[in-house]
Amino acid sequence: MSINELLPLAVIASSLLPGLLIFTLPEGNIRLRTTLNLFGALAKLGLVGALLAGVAAGEDYGFRHTVLPGVELVFKADALALLFVSLSAILWLFTTLYAIGYLENAPHRSRFFGFFSLCVTATMGIAMAGNLFTFFVFYELLTLATFPLVVHRGTPQAIRGGTIYLAYTLLGGALLLAGIVWLNQLAGHSEFVQGGILARLASVHPATLQAAFVLLIAGVGVKAAIVPLHGWLPQAMVAPAPVSALLHAVAVVKAGAFGVVRIVYEIYGIEFAQSLGVLVPLAAIAAITILWGSLRALFQNDLKKRLAYSTVSQVSYIVLGVTLFGPIGTIGGLVHLVHQGIMKITLFFCAGNYAETLGIHKISEMDGAGRRMPLTTLAFTIAALGMMGAPLTAGAVSKAWLSDGAQAAGMAWAVWVLTASSLLNAAYFLPIIYRCWFRPAPASWPHEHILPAGRRETAWLLLLPPLFTAAATLAAGIFATAEFSPLGWAQLIAEREYLNVGK
Amino acid sequence: MTDTFFVPLVWLILLPLLWATLAFMRGPDRGGRLAIAGLAAQLALASVLAGDIAVHGPRNHVVGGWPEPLGIALVADGLSAVMLLLTQGVTLVLAIYARSYFKPGASPWFWPLAGFLVAGMNALFLSGDLFNLYVTLELVGLAAVGLVAAGGTAEQIAAALRYLLATLVGSGAYLFGVALLYGSYGTVSASLLGELVGNDAPLAVWLAGGLMLGGLLLKTALFPLHFWLPPAHGGAPAPVSALLSALVVKASFFLILRLWLGPFASLAPQIAWLPALLGASAILWGSWMAIKTDRLKMLVAYSTVAQIGYLFLIFPLLGSGKLALQAGVLHVVAHGLAKAAMFIAAGTLIKISGNERVLGVTGTADRLPVTVFAFALAGVSLMGLPPSGGFLAKWLLISTALAQGQVWIAGVAIGGGLLAAVYVFRVLRLAFRFSTAGDTIPPARPAAQLEWTAFALAAASIALGLFAMPVVSLLEGVAP
Repeated sequence: MSINELLPLAVIASSLLPGLLIFTLPEGNIRLRTTLNLFGALAKLGLVGALLAGVAAGEDYGFRHTVLPGVELVFKADALALLFVSLSAILWLFTTLYAIGYLENAPHRSRFFGFFSLCVTATMGIAMAGNLFTFFVFYELLTLATFPLVVHRGTPQAIRGGTIYLAYTLLGGALLLAGIVWLNQLAGHSEFVQGGILARLASVHPATLQAAFVLLIAGVGVKAAIVPLHGWLPQAMVAPAPVSALLHAVAVVKAGAFGVVRIVYEIYGIEFAQSLGVLVPLAAIAAITILWGSLRALFQNDLKKRLAYSTVSQVSYIVLGVTLFGPIGTIGGLVHLVHQGIMKITLFFCAGNYAETLGIHKISEMDGAGRRMPLTTLAFTIAALGMMGAPLTAGAVSKAWLSDGAQAAGMAWAVWVLTASSLLNAAYFLPIIYRCWFRPAPASWPHEHILPAGRRETAWLLLLPPLFTAAATLAAGIFATAEFSPLGWAQLIAEREYLNVGK
Repeated sequence: MTDTFFVPLVWLILLPLLWATLAFMRGPDRGGRLAIAGLAAQLALASVLAGDIAVHGPRNHVVGGWPEPLGIALVADGLSAVMLLLTQGVTLVLAIYARSYFKPGASPWFWPLAGFLVAGMNALFLSGDLFNLYVTLELVGLAAVGLVAAGGTAEQIAAALRYLLATLVGSGAYLFGVALLYGSYGTVSASLLGELVGNDAPLAVWLAGGLMLGGLLLKTALFPLHFWLPPAHGGAPAPVSALLSALVVKASFFLILRLWLGPFASLAPQIAWLPALLGASAILWGSWMAIKTDRLKMLVAYSTVAQIGYLFLIFPLLGSGKLALQAGVLHVVAHGLAKAAMFIAAGTLIKISGNERVLGVTGTADRLPVTVFAFALAGVSLMGLPPSGGFLAKWLLISTALAQGQVWIAGVAIGGGLLAAVYVFRVLRLAFRFSTAGDTIPPARPAAQLEWTAFALAAASIALGLFAMPVVSLLEGVAP
């Protein structure tokens, strides 16, 4: 087995093996568990770094294993895969650190971190899947591995949230399976190929391919929380904050959005999808989702619920970008996959900090929180400004490319959708920021768990991750033109996708 | 004699008879260790045989050297090899579980009965003529009834009697069919009959086929002939439930498949829709009952009723290519591993919580993580979610159904997976629920054998989802 085959496997193994070991650890063995967690996360980062360098230089990384005659498990670490892999690998490290701090002295930590690692393993599999079969295997594994995390607290609300999550995702999985098998039947295989594989199926009736498209997109659309398939996301809010971060930024909704990217670009092919006439309806659904999510967010008093609806809206930016025919829209969608992750994880870290430190869950309780927790609130402010698309943040880059892409694709209405959404984002984030910084603090907080000590407003492990990701939000905006920035990488992908169109 | 001595086919039947007899002679509750040693040897033999078949193709052996019809012909092809491997493997793990599960006196004759059961099944997988198949069928049926009754409670005796009735009627119908065939053609050799039936099939042969199929469907507990299964499988001690659900119903299914592909190959396509329709009904009905029932082992037993349904969905697809057969056999293996795991996991849960109801599972993810994990992994395979053997079987089934334009079969398979998710997660969500009951009672840890045997079987059903090629390639050489 060559090194180019081993590397993708090693990326999978770097979270799978620590995860399996962690399951077997006794609860009290904190040191070994933490070591395994961090070793896995750091090893993965190293491996991903090697892959990034290789792919930029034009190397091919792949691994194949036959499970049934004609059915293969395929891993392929191409540029698109690495966009998602690097995002998840980096955020996983921060989320792990955060979770270690967040769950200090909580019960069932071995179980928690075991499934946590399995989730990231599944995400890596989704990102590096080389065909729809492999994609589906890890897509469903992700569902299974997140369920125990969502119900982790074991309260009736948690169980209820978990059940709703399962109902949606398993149903979505069933649709996806039907679509995949059908497509396999039509095309003979379901390999992801730049430029798509279906264009040569001229003999198949377009309605058949359109119907298969609906099945596939509905299947991944559940995880991407596209309206009307988004109902699970606000319900899954009952999960602990690191799990919310995982659901919203690292793994689950991203897996759905990533699925849309693969299906549109590398199964149907962007040109063929355009000629089938499936892109405009998808763009319309994305637009509706963007506006609906923002509107609903406006009316939530629960902080995490507001963030959840915000996710519903923001993830569909990615979908919208995918459907804007032309490389500029593609770049906008792909770069937002990364940018939304960095910004949203910051917001969820901060929400967790408010809840863990002061017992704040509702927006109406946030008055003066900025004075008590300035650093957390600073991070929150940066990320929220990014969500609105303020200059110098990652969000501004996404928005500029998406708007330009919409213009280039001749879909000027999409620009209005994006503008309206930015305004709505401002309408639901600015009041929070105002409350935090400018309203007087109450005499006592709802439930103060962690007392301040000097400059330390809360536990270090809770504070540092959001500060890092907030800094990343700024860095991705300011240094967008650097070679290895998310934008630079998205341009590389778009270049390769569009070069192969029509081949 | 030396020739016979080295033939795995013969020893696969003799060894279990040997250790069963020894266990019986040594008295109640004795013979467990011997059984495990015997089963380990059988597993090795089955592996040797499978390797042999993979290289050289089907094996024949005529016991005593007499040719048919005087001698007893044993035949083993890839299908037999898969069934033999599954049977020895699962029974070996279950035997380890049972040694720890049964308190002295709980089921004193478990070991001899299990031995006769395994001998009967192995003989069934290896027999080449229809009358010998009848004999093995009776041996399996009677041993299984004995195992259900061996616990000795009134409920178990009642379930066993009902089971006895079903199994006797089933094998009686089968025997009647064999007699009719013998009357028509003057032979009971499976290989000879295929050609004869293909040339000319009088009404009596149709009647024979109907009787044999009906009898075997009763023994396989295909809806609506499943009435005896839930009380028997749900009421028996956990290792027995596991043996019955994982293996015994598959034995009669194996026989249906053999007859369908062999002697009746020329008649079968005309009625192929019937088993498929019943199978679809079984999936719906069994899942629905599993969703509703309030006893844990009944839930698992009704799940078997539903899962048997999948096996019969393949029949209209058997005509072209091997994919449907592979799908069916893969499902047999995946379900065998997963269901055995699930039954013994349920047995451990009930043993520790002392509560037979589904609600008794509440909060057990804390106290019995390995067992709950095993239950969950087995559930993954039953739901047909990846990565698992159940998933690959479902994938093959759906692909084949779509390729042949039988869209409804694909729909039933996908919908059935969702129904399975409802009953599996019904248990799992309770297991994750925070329970205060555990705080007052010090948590009792079960023996490692009880927890890790279930885990091993469940893990095997998952691993099958990644390494199914050996099973599939064994089936390459099976007719048609």
